[in-house]
Amino acid sequence: MTAGAPSIAVPGPAPAIVTRPRRSRPGLRLVGRYLLLSVLALVVIFPIYITVVNSLLPAPQIAARPPKFFPSSPIWSTYDKAWSNGHFGHYLFNSAVVTTIIVVGQLLTAILAGYAFAFLKFPFKRTLFVIFLATLMIPFEVTIVQNLTTVVDLGLYDTYAGLALPFLATGFGAFLLRQAFLGIPRDLEDAAALDGYGHWRFLWRVAVPLARPAIGALGVFAFLTAWNQYLWPLLVTKDDRLRTVQIGLRQLRSASIEQVNVTFAGVVIAVIPLAILLIVFQKQLIRGLTAGAIKG
Amino acid sequence: MTAPPTTDAPVTPGPRRRRLPDWGLGYLFLLPALVIFGVFIFFPFAKNFELALYRSPPFPGLPRTYVGFRQITDVLGSGDFRHSLWTTVLFGLLTVPTGIALGLVLAVLANQRLRGVAIYRTIFASTVATSVAVASVIFGTLMNPQVGLLPWVGINPSPAILDNPSWALPAVAIATVWQNLGLSFILMSAGLQAVPGDVLEAAEIDGAGPVTRFWRVTVPLLSPTIFFAVVVGSIFAFQTFGQIDLLTRGGPQNKTNVLTYFIVTQLREHQNPGTAAVLSIALFLITLLLTLAQLRLLERRVHYAR
Repeated sequence: MTAGAPSIAVPGPAPAIVTRPRRSRPGLRLVGRYLLLSVLALVVIFPIYITVVNSLLPAPQIAARPPKFFPSSPIWSTYDKAWSNGHFGHYLFNSAVVTTIIVVGQLLTAILAGYAFAFLKFPFKRTLFVIFLATLMIPFEVTIVQNLTTVVDLGLYDTYAGLALPFLATGFGAFLLRQAFLGIPRDLEDAAALDGYGHWRFLWRVAVPLARPAIGALGVFAFLTAWNQYLWPLLVTKDDRLRTVQIGLRQLRSASIEQVNVTFAGVVIAVIPLAILLIVFQKQLIRGLTAGAIKG
Repeated sequence: MTAPPTTDAPVTPGPRRRRLPDWGLGYLFLLPALVIFGVFIFFPFAKNFELALYRSPPFPGLPRTYVGFRQITDVLGSGDFRHSLWTTVLFGLLTVPTGIALGLVLAVLANQRLRGVAIYRTIFASTVATSVAVASVIFGTLMNPQVGLLPWVGINPSPAILDNPSWALPAVAIATVWQNLGLSFILMSAGLQAVPGDVLEAAEIDGAGPVTRFWRVTVPLLSPTIFFAVVVGSIFAFQTFGQIDLLTRGGPQNKTNVLTYFIVTQLREHQNPGTAAVLSIALFLITLLLTLAQLRLLERRVHYAR
């Protein structure tokens, strides 16, 4: 019954399960609780609900007064329009490509750096670790002035590489995986060394599988942030060719009232991949967010 | 097979290669991240301090002129900057406490042991699946004078909500609070999980009602999480861009021209990297102050735990 309950931030001991003695509550109070929860749930979900409804209504009916809260004869072809005329199929593809590059890149750089900080000895390790943490203090927004120039100079303006490159490594990822790797018992390392495992093999055969919860959390967190990016894709893309879903929404925003149902369909298309992902990876998401909020 | 590192160890990819010493491997592993950080974080960050000293030409293509600290004092002393800073602070005041309070209330309510409560949890957390752009388009349409539901229920000021100098910023704030509600709910729920149930139980046995328990037990015990959320929320508020770009474009009458939006318009529309760099430095310093405040609080939180 509490399957979706958020777990605690760091991989570690499971949260203590609170068992309360069951007391007979007056039924009225129970009804009241459900009523309150339901009203709040309706308020929270309403903007999404009405978006789905509006995406299925013919445009004139969206402006009808009183408004329709249920599509009596849903028009699914609006989604076709958003997909092809509205270029949403294309935007979705671009978002998928850029997000995949970013997630894979972030995982790789974080695994390598996290491993180095956790298992390897080298001069200036502390200094380098501080440098990694220092990146957390510099918001991306502070770097856009020169980054735009850099990307243009590198010939990467309006390319997938230009969209993804600045985000292939994060101090947060390295930090998170270092913590996870530090949780691996040293005995394992010794045992692996006896078996002739070098660092490379130990990393991929032992450390990475053991750090799977943290890696999963980082992956989902990276996906979420990459998919939802707005400012950078807006700055480094020129036209529809490389625009991502989020920027695609910007294009639809200026649509006329006759096209407003297409706008709503576009919103739904933009949300669906993420919604599916988050439902599947709920646990990783919560772990990632609670740890990731530190990033700020 | 405890081969000494000098012989052909079976570990490194490729046969008959010498095993890299630990320090070499360490640097090699850090290299990819360091290159990215160098090129896309530290260099552009440092470059701001140089760009800040040069005034951009009135037309692109002309040479820039060195003006030293004059541009910094000009920009930071300008009414536009102060207005933008104030707008951002106001926006933070409108969004951060509201978002945290709502997230906390939802988390407390969803923390009851009730049949089917998992469904409510999923709904309360659902807005994490939305992006700034998604929330902005949804609320932009809800507030639209022609097709929006808010005008229909009577919230119909003139000029329309998003064109109205007194309504625009709160309207953008509402969209923002909604979009961040899922995150706030998840954070507060995670914090609540750590509150020992027997403490609440004890308070209940002592005759404390739900409201008393909330204010006297839950909120104090959650204070580290709440402080933390305030700081992170404030940092987010200073990075607000998408909502403004999509809903109001800084208007009406400059009423929603928050700092990051100001930076981007200086950069893109006014082709003025000098001013944008000065503003970026200001944004950095504000974030730094907030981060330091957060570190202080985290330190204190460690002391609590001991």
